[in-house]
Amino acid sequence: MSTTITYRQAIIRGLSDAMDADADVFLLGEDVGAAGGAFKLTDGLFDRFGPKRVFDTPISEQAIVGAAIGAAASGLRPVAEIMFGDFAAVCFDQIANQLAKYRYMTDGQVAVPVTIRMATGAGAGFGAQHSQPVENWFLNVPGLKICVPGTPADMYGLLRAAIEDPDPVLIFEHKHLFNLKGEVDDTPAPARIGEAEIVRSGRDVTLVAIQSMRHRAVSAAEQLAADGIEVEIIDPRTLAPLDLPAICDSVDRTNRLIVVQEASASGSWGATVVAEVLSRRFESLDAPPLMVGGDDTPIPYARPMEDAWLPSVERIVASVREVVAF
Amino acid sequence: MLDHDLETPLTDSSEEVDQLRAMWEIRFFEEECQRLFAEGLVGGSTHLCQGQEAVVVGTARALRPGDKMLCTYRGHGAVLAMGAPLDRCFGEIMGKAEGVCGGKGGSMHLTDTSVGAYGSFAIIGAHLPIANGFGFAARYRGTDEVSACFFGDGTANIGAFHEALNLASLWALPVIFICENNLYGEYSPIASTTAIARLADRADSYSMAGEQIDGNDIGVVRAAVEAAAARARAGEGPTLIEALTYRHKGHSRSDPATYRPAGELESWLKRDPITLLEDALEGSGVPREQLDEVREGAERAVVEALERARAWSEPDPDLRLRSVYA
Repeated sequence: MSTTITYRQAIIRGLSDAMDADADVFLLGEDVGAAGGAFKLTDGLFDRFGPKRVFDTPISEQAIVGAAIGAAASGLRPVAEIMFGDFAAVCFDQIANQLAKYRYMTDGQVAVPVTIRMATGAGAGFGAQHSQPVENWFLNVPGLKICVPGTPADMYGLLRAAIEDPDPVLIFEHKHLFNLKGEVDDTPAPARIGEAEIVRSGRDVTLVAIQSMRHRAVSAAEQLAADGIEVEIIDPRTLAPLDLPAICDSVDRTNRLIVVQEASASGSWGATVVAEVLSRRFESLDAPPLMVGGDDTPIPYARPMEDAWLPSVERIVASVREVVAF
Repeated sequence: MLDHDLETPLTDSSEEVDQLRAMWEIRFFEEECQRLFAEGLVGGSTHLCQGQEAVVVGTARALRPGDKMLCTYRGHGAVLAMGAPLDRCFGEIMGKAEGVCGGKGGSMHLTDTSVGAYGSFAIIGAHLPIANGFGFAARYRGTDEVSACFFGDGTANIGAFHEALNLASLWALPVIFICENNLYGEYSPIASTTAIARLADRADSYSMAGEQIDGNDIGVVRAAVEAAAARARAGEGPTLIEALTYRHKGHSRSDPATYRPAGELESWLKRDPITLLEDALEGSGVPREQLDEVREGAERAVVEALERARAWSEPDPDLRLRSVYA
């Protein structure tokens, strides 16, 4: 049995179920308590669980993440919210130098089961400092796990998995998907961090995309199917660990690869996928891999500029045609 | 001006004799570390704490089992004061497999959670928010453990310090912030970097208990930390202790400390915390022969520990892949 809920509701349900299941789980962040979160992502949780387990912090990202690290090292299960992923820059040291390395530097004396939730992504006119897809900032920091759910079911499943994970997990909640509806099982099976989903099978090209781009890819695939081009869409769902075997197996079948991402190409997960497929599956490729992504600029504000910045369905369709025509 | 007699009368000389032993062990340990660097047996740099032993030993003696301690990269003394074994600390600094962190951390990351030493941290100020997390966990669980963190005068100007103190005070966290003010942040005298003269005054900005103490008088240190711990355990919140002290050596291995004015080192050497305690013990009736035995015993323990550590092997390079994740 399943229910149709929104991505936002999946977050709230995931947090609520996690707190029911484990008394050591607690939520902290700016306005997550009585206000229910800047995007209403923790709505109702303060009323249900009270101020001991759901509480507000000052605007102090370093203090928020540091408190989570120390609490986790003491055996608790903190879930810290950084309101916008862009703000991770404010506490980058806590995430990259402390959280990611505490277990390693102490040779396992300390465990840090911290979950950090961050709102990500462009398309809502928030401007250059509130719109970035920041998952790529952390790709080159060993010791972190990175989740990028694109559906309500994945949002619920990966959030539960992140909170139960003994290691630090960053989970990015896409702003454009908060109202997206989808089926979530009433008693969902635990999600596995590091497992991609084949969203759509197809013989002509492997298209790898996450979050809002995954949904645009689905629209593009429907258009292309009318012309007899069948796109196989892979949603990695997590970027660290990355399910390269699933992507490589798909390229073995389709012989063509496109990566579609919001962020620009330099130092991105998309570029990593292209490099890895080239090196592992050179013989399988019948065409050069293509990367479709945001421009190499900060994100502009005016609607026509932001829309042009983001890969559109039209741009995705055109790039598939290009790869298939090679 | 600080005078040359101890302020607090000695009440239990056997405990103080043991404190003297602990300070001597740290002193000899640091001297050996200096020689190890000269021999080329230690990589990177080293940050030694000769002259600051009373702050760490006095604090450790004021804490209870279950309390947590975090310190900086100048943390050999703090970690030893908590009870970490001399040989395994030497081992870590020399990168041996038997080092407290398996050779994964080195001098700047000495950690022994079995004695409450929850990390040495190499980014200025980063561990203060983490110390808050340990304090938070104690409160969440309803226990009366405290967390103590050591840091230098330079830390009082970095963002994480301010975020951490504000949060600790706001939430009345059981944290003791101990600033070892040795008058220099790396090569810069404090007056050239800090807008205020008395770091303890920053406690007022955060509505927190604060005091400036003579960090070379071990009885004063112990009493101040005991009082702060009692306040913390009673739910009365954090304390900022500014302990005035002095480091005999430069900031790091490569620093000959020529930036110090003539005569400054000499005048502080007269207030060597070890000498002060020896004089006080002698004044209270402990024979000089016994004090000499304490010193000689400490030196022997350090020399023997170093011999054991030198004989240990280096880690298998493949172990570098261990403890990234659980």
